[in-house]
Amino acid sequence: MARTMKAVDAVMVGMGWTGSIMARELTKAGLTVVGLERGVEKSPREDFALPRIRDELKYRVRQDLMLDTSIETHTLRNTPSELALPMRKWDVPPVGDGLGGAGAHWNGVTWRFSPSEFVLRSHLTQRYGKNAIPDDMTIQDWGITYEDLEPHYEHFERLCGTSGKAGNLRGQIVAGGNPFEGPRQNEYPNKPLIMSQAGLIFSKAAESLGYHPFPTPASNSSAPYINSEGLPVGQCQYCGHCEYFGCEANAKASPLVCVLPVLMQDQKFELRTQAYVKELVYDKAAKKVRGVVYVDRRTGEEVEQPAELVVLCAYPFNNTLLLLTAGIGEPYDPMTGKGVVGKNYCHQTTSGLVMFVEDEMNPFIGTGASPAAIDDFQADNFDHGGLGFFGGGFISPALSGGRPIQVRAVPPGTPRWGSAWKEATVRWYKHHLPINCHGISYAHRTNYLDLDPTYKDAIGRPLIP
Amino acid sequence: MAEDRIPRRSFLKSAGVAGTAVAGALTGTLTGPTEAQAQANAAAAPPAQEPLLTLTATEAAFLSAAYDTLIPADKLSPSGTDCGLVTYIDRQLAGAWGGGAKLYRSGPFIEGKPEQGYQLSLTPREFFAAGIKAANAWSRKTYGKDFDRLAATEREAALKTMEAGKAEFAETNGKQFFEMLLQSAMEGFFADPIYGGNRNKVSWRMLGYPGLPATYAGKALEYRGKKVAIEPQSIADFS
Repeated sequence: MARTMKAVDAVMVGMGWTGSIMARELTKAGLTVVGLERGVEKSPREDFALPRIRDELKYRVRQDLMLDTSIETHTLRNTPSELALPMRKWDVPPVGDGLGGAGAHWNGVTWRFSPSEFVLRSHLTQRYGKNAIPDDMTIQDWGITYEDLEPHYEHFERLCGTSGKAGNLRGQIVAGGNPFEGPRQNEYPNKPLIMSQAGLIFSKAAESLGYHPFPTPASNSSAPYINSEGLPVGQCQYCGHCEYFGCEANAKASPLVCVLPVLMQDQKFELRTQAYVKELVYDKAAKKVRGVVYVDRRTGEEVEQPAELVVLCAYPFNNTLLLLTAGIGEPYDPMTGKGVVGKNYCHQTTSGLVMFVEDEMNPFIGTGASPAAIDDFQADNFDHGGLGFFGGGFISPALSGGRPIQVRAVPPGTPRWGSAWKEATVRWYKHHLPINCHGISYAHRTNYLDLDPTYKDAIGRPLIP
Repeated sequence: MAEDRIPRRSFLKSAGVAGTAVAGALTGTLTGPTEAQAQANAAAAPPAQEPLLTLTATEAAFLSAAYDTLIPADKLSPSGTDCGLVTYIDRQLAGAWGGGAKLYRSGPFIEGKPEQGYQLSLTPREFFAAGIKAANAWSRKTYGKDFDRLAATEREAALKTMEAGKAEFAETNGKQFFEMLLQSAMEGFFADPIYGGNRNKVSWRMLGYPGLPATYAGKALEYRGKKVAIEPQSIADFS
């Protein structure tokens, strides 16, 4: 039987950005909070130190900071009728692991959603007519608006020390920023990062075509910064080892840098790592979650943590799994369209091309967030009439580092090995410029999560397809 | 070519004993007198073949021949083996990754669609063992000899056939094996030298990749659009 701990006001399942920020706000409001994290504790000073943090094989190729798929993964199917099979090693997207979650090893790209996307169904219906949205496109209005969320976006940016340039200050379009963004009350807390050669080439080309380039909002701090919690954030080193890596400079915003140092000093908060939440304690009659049961990975013991408030702060896979296994809410059925739990799970689409140029690109000098972007083809910033699709993406140069195992494009038709390959690799290593489009994927009827009937994780829970 | 006559397997078998001297001599033969840079790199490097942790002599001979074909000695770098790639893959296969760490290994094992990725129960160590065995069997059937005994031109043709998915391996997928082999070659060649490949930072120097410490806050503007030549440094240089 599970050992039962002393009840607390709130328990966080997962201690990434969501869990850390929520725990901080709840303790500020006077609640006692326990933060449960499946992974291990991380200390930037110990775990992200030079020189070992610049190890492409360990962190990028072997994905050291990502969740161990032998403990937990997800299954994947292309269509509801296809047999879902487990991702035995990560492809896209890997799921983060450890204290700080994906916030410890993201790229720091910090967008706000476009105002029209908060009211997507209403907006598209109004602009393109009642029949414009296809039947199997299950998009909805969020129930909150951009204006509702604006102060919270700012809260997050001030926590992160986000670098950027406002394009819309209280309704006034500001030159040099993103003219398509929703109105901001205030400028970014930090000035934009130094624009790389890739950013300059891209911006000049975009401008000459009549588009509106701007520095990509980046939670890679362009200068030393004291954040809204009074915590120091370092200066970005343009090291070219951002996504998948920890940041030795404490310049990439992370719960480990921006929230947890304050939280850990708070008597009302207790962190438990290697605490793998197995299930919710759900009182069906009262329709109330009374706590969680987790496995202490150090001992194997099952521990029950009662709480008035249980906050699911993990990635959607885990949050959905806990709801479904507890029997909370109606599971989504893709055939009937009924139910909500697991409905409308979407990721992103990425497409791109590589240009080969004579400029000196110095690819090894780079920031996590791309140096520049255009939003002209984002969301509904362009007329979708007659195009046969909705949505879009931002377009940006995608040269965030020159790590040589993975970043060494050669022109099409070049052999992949041998002397000719080597020659082309040397010729173009410093002279290639990838351009990417990060697109949104709007929900359709078959974008959903449920419980896998066959494959299980390390503690016996079904995987999520 | 001299390269074709090298008795690789017996060389590798004795490598643990006579490594340094043999390697030095071989490097000279393979790279030729005109390749001063490559020779200088190799001369400063550890022996071409260090004692093996997990690979059998047959496997090491196969991998050495394959890596020397994928990354041949030329004016840009020494051969794959002389860059330490056999040492690299040996250590990788003997370590956590080779043993299937961070690999979901519960069944059933069912062949999936490409988007579903790797679906075998084999660890990387087991995958390489099976792949090399199958590749040598295919090589004997096609050319009458194990892969490492083939002439350079035949080895090149054999790898191209595998790459094109046209090599019919028994029980294993030749194309899948080739992709893993190529991936391992690129990892070993370009990774930090701490892993045993990329000896003397040879590939980093070749590319002009400066390695560590990669702290450019004060240089990002100064270097922008300029040709910069920085002597590369690796993890060991800071340890």
